[in-house]
Amino acid sequence: MKFAILVFPGSGCDVDMHRALNGVFGKEATLVWHTDAAQLADYDAVVVPGGAAYGDYLRPGALAKGSDAMTHLQAFAKSGKLVLGVGNGFQILTEAGLLPGALLQNKSLKFQTGAAKLTVENAISQFTAEYNKGEEITIPFAHQYGNYYVDQETLKEMKENDQIAFTYADEFDQGSTEKIAGVLNKEGNVLGMMPLPERAVEEILGHVDGQRLFKSILKKVE
Amino acid sequence: MTKVNVYVTLRESVVDPQGSAAETALHNLGYEEVKSVRIGKLIELELEGTSAEVEARVDGMCKELLVNRVIEDYRFEIEEA
Repeated sequence: MKFAILVFPGSGCDVDMHRALNGVFGKEATLVWHTDAAQLADYDAVVVPGGAAYGDYLRPGALAKGSDAMTHLQAFAKSGKLVLGVGNGFQILTEAGLLPGALLQNKSLKFQTGAAKLTVENAISQFTAEYNKGEEITIPFAHQYGNYYVDQETLKEMKENDQIAFTYADEFDQGSTEKIAGVLNKEGNVLGMMPLPERAVEEILGHVDGQRLFKSILKKVE
Repeated sequence: MTKVNVYVTLRESVVDPQGSAAETALHNLGYEEVKSVRIGKLIELELEGTSAEVEARVDGMCKELLVNRVIEDYRFEIEEA
């Protein structure tokens, strides 16, 4: 299984993601610069990493949406292959319309970092099958725009389609609608989440609950 | 050359913590009559074209990039230079 990690100017967690996919899970993972995004079709899954693409100018993820790479990412997602966006990657996927909702500034107005307790809401998706529904897991986060917003009508549809993957089980929800931390698209092949699972894959990092997210993906594809 | 001011505001249904913080600060300064503060942004564009042409183009720019309509509303004023 080959992973592409889509890198924009300002992406910051691309190397962490590479370490998780390649160093920890031994999978082929390539950093693909956004101007080379035409080659995404050659991969089995695309990860949009965290950081601050284009300096978060205008709105986090907004300028990445305007780049040529987005046409290729849209086509990739439409083909049914897996797309994972974490942190800023999640913001990019919502801006691009690949996921519902939007990320607002934290209620505290501050950049915040720590380890959030999440509840697994969907344990049957291609990204979460290795978890148990209702299970509490710990995943680190680091963001200023982690306040997930979605209108009530869309929220209702998301619930009907089991699109809420994770919610916050603690006070680190930043004001998010219904404490939502991660969402799937309707088809279930795109996941976006503000917490950073690649920072929870080795004992030395202090947390290992992110491992099963990657194991779910690998199991599905291999 | 035509000048366009685009005003981007948070949708009414979206909580504006920045506005709430500014409201509290205004109250602390004695401006107790303030009932609400909402903070948005102003985007100034200068572009070629007549105001009729510009209107459709700017609307497209707002929808495609300048505004995220999930959370924001917008309006714009066109000034003939």
